[in-house]
Amino acid sequence: MKDAKVIQLEEVAIRFSGDSGDGMQLTGTLFSDATAFLGNDISTFPDYPSEIRAPQGTVGGVSGFQVQFGEKRISTPGDYAHVLIAMNPAAIKANAKFMKPGGTIIYDSDAFTEKNLKKANFTTDEPFLECDLQDYNKIAVPISSLTREGLKDFGLDNKSILRSKNMFALGLVCWMFNRPLDYIEEFLQSKFAKKPVVVESNIKVLHDGYNYGLNMQHMTPSYIVHPANIENGTYRNINGNQATAWGLLAAAEKAGLELFLGSYPITPATEILIALSGRKDLGVKTYQAEDEIAGITSAIGAAFAGDLAVTSTSGPGLALKSEAIGLAVMAELPLVIVNVQRGGPSTGLPTKTEQSDLMQALYGRNGESPVVILAATTPSDCFFYAFKAAKIALERMVPVILLTDGFLGNGSEPWKVPKVAELPSITPRIAKDASTFKAYKRDEKILARDWAFPGMKDFEHLIGGLEKNVSGSVSHDPENHQRNTDIREEKVQQVVDLVPDLETCGDEDGDVLVVGWGGTYGHLISTVRELREEGKNVSLAHFNYIKPLPANTREVFSKFKKIIVCELNMGQFASYLRNKVPGFNYHQFNKVKGLPFTVFELKQGINKLLEE
Amino acid sequence: MTEQKYTIKDFKSENEVRWCPGCGDYAIMNAVQRTMAEMGIPKEKFAVISGIGCSSRFPYYMNTFGFHTIHGRAAAVASGVKMANPDLSVWVVTGDGDAMAIGGNHFIHTIRRNMDLNIVLFNNRIYGLTKGQYSPTSDRGFRSKTSPFGTIEDPFVPGQLVVGARGTFFARTIDGNLKVSQSVFQQAAAHKGASVVEVLQNCVIYNNGVHKAITDPEHRADRQLILEQGKPMLFGAENEKGLIMENGHLKVVKIGENGITKDDILVHDATDLDPSVHLSLISMGLPDFPVAFGVIRNVDSPAYDTEMENQIKEVQQKRKITCVDDLLVSGNTWEVTGNGNGNGKGKTEECPDKKLK
Repeated sequence: MKDAKVIQLEEVAIRFSGDSGDGMQLTGTLFSDATAFLGNDISTFPDYPSEIRAPQGTVGGVSGFQVQFGEKRISTPGDYAHVLIAMNPAAIKANAKFMKPGGTIIYDSDAFTEKNLKKANFTTDEPFLECDLQDYNKIAVPISSLTREGLKDFGLDNKSILRSKNMFALGLVCWMFNRPLDYIEEFLQSKFAKKPVVVESNIKVLHDGYNYGLNMQHMTPSYIVHPANIENGTYRNINGNQATAWGLLAAAEKAGLELFLGSYPITPATEILIALSGRKDLGVKTYQAEDEIAGITSAIGAAFAGDLAVTSTSGPGLALKSEAIGLAVMAELPLVIVNVQRGGPSTGLPTKTEQSDLMQALYGRNGESPVVILAATTPSDCFFYAFKAAKIALERMVPVILLTDGFLGNGSEPWKVPKVAELPSITPRIAKDASTFKAYKRDEKILARDWAFPGMKDFEHLIGGLEKNVSGSVSHDPENHQRNTDIREEKVQQVVDLVPDLETCGDEDGDVLVVGWGGTYGHLISTVRELREEGKNVSLAHFNYIKPLPANTREVFSKFKKIIVCELNMGQFASYLRNKVPGFNYHQFNKVKGLPFTVFELKQGINKLLEE
Repeated sequence: MTEQKYTIKDFKSENEVRWCPGCGDYAIMNAVQRTMAEMGIPKEKFAVISGIGCSSRFPYYMNTFGFHTIHGRAAAVASGVKMANPDLSVWVVTGDGDAMAIGGNHFIHTIRRNMDLNIVLFNNRIYGLTKGQYSPTSDRGFRSKTSPFGTIEDPFVPGQLVVGARGTFFARTIDGNLKVSQSVFQQAAAHKGASVVEVLQNCVIYNNGVHKAITDPEHRADRQLILEQGKPMLFGAENEKGLIMENGHLKVVKIGENGITKDDILVHDATDLDPSVHLSLISMGLPDFPVAFGVIRNVDSPAYDTEMENQIKEVQQKRKITCVDDLLVSGNTWEVTGNGNGNGKGKTEECPDKKLK
């Protein structure tokens, strides 16, 4: 006992890594949930390949899950991992670059065979040397053989036995970080309720891993991370895609409408379709269409017929939906389009994150085709921005694109759950007076038309993709087209009433204003906090509302000496700002690697600007 | 609900009809409007959805809810309308370009799902609105602006696609025959599921006379077989010809010749689940066979929109989660109370989290 090393940390990042089939996503998720349950703030980042089962043991097939937790607020999953769990040599190779110098690597020594080293393209039998990891704390644990030994009396075949080795790793990590096992046991019991042998064998291996740590504590350091100071309330862990789905459900309930989702499976947005397909109990109509186009056009049909209509997709799918978005613009129907952005162009990097669909969302359609664009900033606030997207669509009769991304969609964090009663009201513009109704008659100020749908007596009318006059008849009149084009743009601009002012984190004026939008918030706020702690005069303005921009955007920008726009693309938001808020010198910090920013590189970039 | 009394006028809009003089579309619209007026459904419950093409101007001339959408997508939009409100009578008006080319995927999948829609497919075997290019139903060798030397591809036969997509209802009519048209539209509307009515339609400008060989009064009786449920498949001026099945193939016979009597003639059964005879009837063409009209296939199968409603009802009967508040606190949640898990006061450091507004 006296040999045990106990290290107290404010925050710790752990990366679970192994073959796609090794169950690393589940291991990481269970550890994260158990950790959040204990009162730590957390942020997670699953990093997995696009192949379901790439060749076993290869670097391409490595699936990772990183979680950062701490006693203070956690805004990112961590740039680098303090602890890496590696189930095979490929996991070492794939993750060496994500390790914090001097960190701890726990690896399954049984998997470090000549064959596996070769599969991972190591040329010698010294993988750690090859990856320049000599100075790291490496702990060899024969995970496979210990798992096999622990389950020898269960009468299971070798394949089933090895499927449990992730539980050994999980048990060991739980010991290291002082996590009780009850939460995980409960999960296993309910998940495999119908297979008692699976429950028993997994729990056995979980405990074996935990006890291994306990017995071998002379070699494995144990860490203590105290609970975080967080606001009172009911909490749950939630990822961005689930939060998006639930925000839409809340909006439908608040608006008194049925929810319709037309969608086609696409990584990393599919989970929204999955989450809503399971909610028949709340009356959701989900439609897995034959393609992306039918996904959105069925939603447009549902919007015409009076549902809160939504389509969900990722970049390539948004491209396929372009023409139909134009129809929704022209028909002036309420429609929410969720784009969980991924690396592009074309098929690109399906499982990786990027912010490169901003221009597509703004301009990727034929004709002058304005829509409202919102962007969520954290996994849990996807709930609120999905809700808000629906509110704007329904109250302003306009399509709204909600941009999230793979990092938000798959990443999770603890979330203080709201009450539906606390959410803003939603009042759809359902037409009331048939005698004065005309298809395109609109409110004089906000310019939204009224919504009348089939089944409403005496409201029969026609809408469509051709340019129309007020009553819905086709019009080729040049003046009418100019007027309607102006109106469609102005209608979107009028949404600014529903857009809160842009706030700065830090000071209202100063040397450098860091500007970001969408899913980079966690990394940007962490960066700005650290720089301020170092005494740097840096503040953050982060955008959730892209079109229209907050009314005070120019005013906020004007109080800073320098502005740097940081985004995971080649500078799309910066270009947009140059165009819409001209007169400032917008510096840029960009990255297109399919990965989130690191706080480290952001600090470097901003420090450089400070020194210029 | 008291049954409404409508006349055809109630379904005509004030918009000036702008099809070319002599276009077959006029007669088709007339038949659809008559059918709707007689259905006994309140007018506000009709929704007419179209794609792009001459036929797709249809909703403008209807005094019902209408939506003129984009090329090829009418069936998908209409599916959304029907799922949003299964009480509606939803009609899709489309053409051979709209449904067979750009919208082919939506066409087959809508049929496969058996969505309760009435799909009226105007087949003039030409692209009219873009001024005369060959279509997916133009015959091999057809000369048009984009096939000046004749096409080198075979056409779709729409009914074959319907059967291939496991369709539950297929009928064929021709623009000039109001009686057959109205009869098949009525049956299509009564059918619960995806009903496809192919209307052979004449484009007076770009493909005039495309169906003339079938409609020519001199030969009409010999070249058209009007099918009726439970009746023998007879045609000819005196009903002297008929169809029999020989070695698995249809064959035209004359009653009285080679010992053939009326009892030997096939009796039409649109409700036969086995589509093989229906497919043979759909595929018949000049000069060896007459062209089949009327309701060729009409079988029962669960409709998607009804199944969706039923599934929701079924799940809701056993549900534990009844509202979003229930959902938000379902599964694994935990309470932060200030005893143990933090101090419960929240964060006080600089740069607090964004507040949602």
